[in-house]
Amino acid sequence: MSMIRIIKRMRRTEVILMCCSFCLVILQVWTDLKIPDYMSEITRLVKTEGSAISDIVKAGEMMLLCAVLSMFISFTAGFVSSRLAATFSMHLRTDIFHKVESFSLEEIDRFSTASLITRSTNDVQQIQNFVSRGFTMVIRVPITVTIALIKIWGKHWEWTAVTSGAVFIVILAVIYVIKYAHPRFRRMQVLTDDLNRATRENLTGIRVIRAYNAEEYQEGKFAQANDNLTNNALQAHYAMAIMHPTMRFVHNGLNVGIYLVGAYIISSLLGTGEALTTFSEMVVFSNYAGRILFSFMSLNMIFNTIPRATVCCERLLEVLDTEPSITDGERMKGLEGEEGTVEFKNVTFRYPGTEGDMLSDISFRANKGETVAFIGATGSGKTTLVNLIPRFYDVTGGEVLVDGVDVREYDQRALRALVGYAPQRAVLFTGTVADNVDYGTSFNSYTEEEARDRIREAIEVAQAKDFVEALEDGYDAEITRGGTNVSGGQKQRLSIARAIFRNPEIYIFDDTFSALDYQTDRTLRAALKEYTQGATTLIVAQRIGTIRDADRIIVLDEGKMVGMGTHSELMKDCEVYRQIAYTQLSEEELQ
Amino acid sequence: MAKNDYKLGEAKIRQGGGRMRVNEKPRDFKKTIKQLLSYLRVFLPQYAIAFTCAMVSVLLQLFGPDNMRKITNLIEDGMANMHMDMPAIIRISIMVMCFYLGSSLISLIQSLVLTNATQNTMRYMRNEISKKLNRIPLKRFDTSSFGDLLSRVTNDVDTVGMSLNHAASEIVSSLTTFVGCLIMMLITNVTLSGIAIVCSLSGFFMMKIVISRSQKYFTRRQTYLGLINGHIEEMYAGHIIVKAYNGEAQSIEEFEILNRHLYENNWKSQFISGIMRPIMEFLSNAGYVAICVLGAIMVRNGTIRFGTVIAFILYVKMFTQPLGQIAQAATSIQSATAAAERIFSFLAEEEMEDESAKPSLLNDVDGLVNFEHVHFGYLPDRPVIHDFSVEIKPGQKVAIVGPTGAGKTTMVNLLMRFYDIDSGTITIDGVNTRDVPRENVHDQFCMVLQDTWLFEGSIRDNIVYSMKDVTDEQVVEACKAVGLHHFISSLPDGYDTVLTDDSNLSAGQRQLITIARAMIRNAPLLILDEATSSVDTRTEQIVQDAMDTLTKGRTSFTIAHRLSTIRNADVILVMKDGDIVESGTHEGLLEAGGFYSQLWTSQFVNAEEL
Repeated sequence: MSMIRIIKRMRRTEVILMCCSFCLVILQVWTDLKIPDYMSEITRLVKTEGSAISDIVKAGEMMLLCAVLSMFISFTAGFVSSRLAATFSMHLRTDIFHKVESFSLEEIDRFSTASLITRSTNDVQQIQNFVSRGFTMVIRVPITVTIALIKIWGKHWEWTAVTSGAVFIVILAVIYVIKYAHPRFRRMQVLTDDLNRATRENLTGIRVIRAYNAEEYQEGKFAQANDNLTNNALQAHYAMAIMHPTMRFVHNGLNVGIYLVGAYIISSLLGTGEALTTFSEMVVFSNYAGRILFSFMSLNMIFNTIPRATVCCERLLEVLDTEPSITDGERMKGLEGEEGTVEFKNVTFRYPGTEGDMLSDISFRANKGETVAFIGATGSGKTTLVNLIPRFYDVTGGEVLVDGVDVREYDQRALRALVGYAPQRAVLFTGTVADNVDYGTSFNSYTEEEARDRIREAIEVAQAKDFVEALEDGYDAEITRGGTNVSGGQKQRLSIARAIFRNPEIYIFDDTFSALDYQTDRTLRAALKEYTQGATTLIVAQRIGTIRDADRIIVLDEGKMVGMGTHSELMKDCEVYRQIAYTQLSEEELQ
Repeated sequence: MAKNDYKLGEAKIRQGGGRMRVNEKPRDFKKTIKQLLSYLRVFLPQYAIAFTCAMVSVLLQLFGPDNMRKITNLIEDGMANMHMDMPAIIRISIMVMCFYLGSSLISLIQSLVLTNATQNTMRYMRNEISKKLNRIPLKRFDTSSFGDLLSRVTNDVDTVGMSLNHAASEIVSSLTTFVGCLIMMLITNVTLSGIAIVCSLSGFFMMKIVISRSQKYFTRRQTYLGLINGHIEEMYAGHIIVKAYNGEAQSIEEFEILNRHLYENNWKSQFISGIMRPIMEFLSNAGYVAICVLGAIMVRNGTIRFGTVIAFILYVKMFTQPLGQIAQAATSIQSATAAAERIFSFLAEEEMEDESAKPSLLNDVDGLVNFEHVHFGYLPDRPVIHDFSVEIKPGQKVAIVGPTGAGKTTMVNLLMRFYDIDSGTITIDGVNTRDVPRENVHDQFCMVLQDTWLFEGSIRDNIVYSMKDVTDEQVVEACKAVGLHHFISSLPDGYDTVLTDDSNLSAGQRQLITIARAMIRNAPLLILDEATSSVDTRTEQIVQDAMDTLTKGRTSFTIAHRLSTIRNADVILVMKDGDIVESGTHEGLLEAGGFYSQLWTSQFVNAEEL
């Protein structure tokens, strides 16, 4: 079902290609199966007194012609099916990628990033493989069987009986393999994962393992997983081992059987003209019967690929069927005179599929140029709260206003252009340092010169100048995938520079500073304060030191606001805030 | 800023191009094969049996066509003489069936023996790797990409196993088929053999050409596939930034470029490799046609009998394949050898010194730890600790402080003897830690690290870990002491609850379990990392209380994050850039006005103002 739905997504050209491929396969099988017919003809000619050699050669020419035709049709079919598979997978990949890019964080959370990656890469690849190979195989089998059956139909029932017997054995063998071996092969994946988990466990815990002298314990665990895998693999391969010899025996035996039965038939027809016809038929019958046999054997492969491809289709459809929960509004600008303001009005938020509100009844207002900080324990909803501002999620209740307008009324791009956002975990992309800093700013219109200057400036404010200029290619130094060639703190500073480069009305720093050491943290914040004058700044922090100077600090506890005010006000009135302060600093320190 | 749009995509191509290899070649083929053979000594008889079986099975099969020839000739005779010699036909039929049956049975035995041998080889190799892992000095793991290498080694075992199972036996049976078939054909008829040889050889060369042609597209296809998958991963992982910075258009544009390239190489590589089958089929067909026509003419001329044609039809089928299969098997063996080479180079990694001869002198330790003139460096030419000496009396508390990245784990590494010091001595109760086996040193320590390592297993297993003779009461006791008992009891399976990757234990609870584990261990010395970064306030208090309980009565080395710990410490070790720059008490160090006092003012200055 899901496979049909995926196939329905084919573009018109792809459908045409598919039909072509279908016709070509029929044609190819037909020409291929035509060849033995001429062999039968030749046999008859050889055995008929007085037939000319030239007739034999003529029949041979026809055979060769069929062989050549069959080859070229195969080429064309191969061309068509590889084009089909490649275009189809290209479009499928594009569709998926577009879809995921349109997702809000809510959908990403629902699928999980890892799962979306597998779906967009591996699953698409699997379907491509299926379309290019499996698909041809699937249509080839019934066509071959049908045509070959037509060819041998009504020849001599004895032969048909022998062939049926052979096919029956093959079907039994195939069923056995599908029932017994396939599940074991599938299980092997799970067991391999277990084994890899054991290795990973040993690697990640290496210090603990050595400290507890638990090497043998770990080795025992590994050996157990290894035994499970090996035993299962043995069973699977043992089961599979039967297939090949059986097939060979049945095929060879069928040949012998046909000749043996043929000898009987011919001996009963001796003296009539029928004898010769039967003899020539016998020569090719085994050819056709062999093809039928092998077609049935490939059922084994088909039954292996179809379920896999179906699972992939289902997984892709799940993504394609999902509509992004966040849709665009029409507003491109906020209200005049409200620039740089952020306001929460009785905001409630709950992650889909969870019980209990992540945030409840949050109300506050940040005016232009103000710094508002959020503090609270892990899981208290700080990140969730700031994520509502660029509308990564939609509120469950209440409203979030940016520049005086509900965020849901904005065009998403327009809204996000107002915000400079630096997340908890810095993200860097493959590309140069400069590429990363001016990322996504195609909205602005700087000349190359201006852009350069502004990149420098942003990097300087973010306290990243020293290390960037120390890199071999400076601003053009390559960042490798995932930013693995710069340290955590450096990554974080480049991520901050990215926010600064935008020169936004509103800055959001989601716990951006805790990866920096105290000294850098302080200098950076000082430079930032000077540079971002007039911009509204929202900071999520762990360290009290980071936020002491904020105009307003909002204390969150289990999704509720339990305090709002300046540092000294909160030290006086807010129990939770005091507790946080105490865990960071011991009691005697505070007196 | 349109100029910007392709830049990132180009960077990917720039950085990713040329990195991918499709067919790996071993560096030293001969040496690795020799190593492999000597490594597989135990299994060699099994492999020998399997390969002999493969050969015998093929040889038996080779009698088939010749007997089919005889049957055909008998039928032909029968038609001419108007009398079918049925007994003879039946006799030959039964005989040939026996040959075929024998061939198949032996082939089955071969498969079973080979499967057994390869699977056991793989099991053996994997166990060797797993054991090796624990004999390699820890410093090897600190070099990046080592873990990476390891994860690949597991795949390499699969590659070697597959190749032993398929490719090696394929080569044996293909060679036998090729030679045997050739001999049988030549005995039967030279002219027709010529045709078969021509077909087979041209098939082989065409195959070589197609393989070498398609290789280019395959390499590119792999490259672009890698690039596009990399792009997908990167963009999905950075989704939040893509959204926040309106990077969707740019991301999609890059994707489209890569996708387009992939498409081109995709269909080309697939098409070219797909050409192979029709060509092989054509050659097989052409051979069939040639045998039919030429054979027919020869039959007409009376040179041969019809049965010979039938036999050759069967021979050609058998004969056109082996060379191609050998070519394919050779490629597979090549990459398997490359894989085996990596496995062997891993197994040849330098191991830790064997210490089983050293006596376990550390028993009932009081906890007196002495550092005397310790010198240490991770790299031979870059010492980080210069001539460090300190004496820690039983029961004293040592706080290790310093900015992030100052190398505080170095202390853990040295105390536990994960690394050996370059010169000087570290003694416990006066015993040099180098004079006893490492395990003996490890047994003196409880250890709680910041990254809370739990494994997939029950809570009880995680707490007891590798300790022997631990009663359930002791486990409960430990959990009560760290304040976990109540929570664990509330779980449906209690202490038998299996912890999985996605289990819903909070970070704090995970940390408490590792503390309980340390308690069960009950060793006289303690290494403790206080960092509790991702824990909520309330849990943090519980964790800290548990840590304090653990510290009691033990000589402790604490990577300190709390001011109270630092101020109450008997000795503070101040670390900077890997070195211990100062040591002493809080007051003493403040007075000295060195790095510690600097750190103190910059880091905790706000605290004073509170």
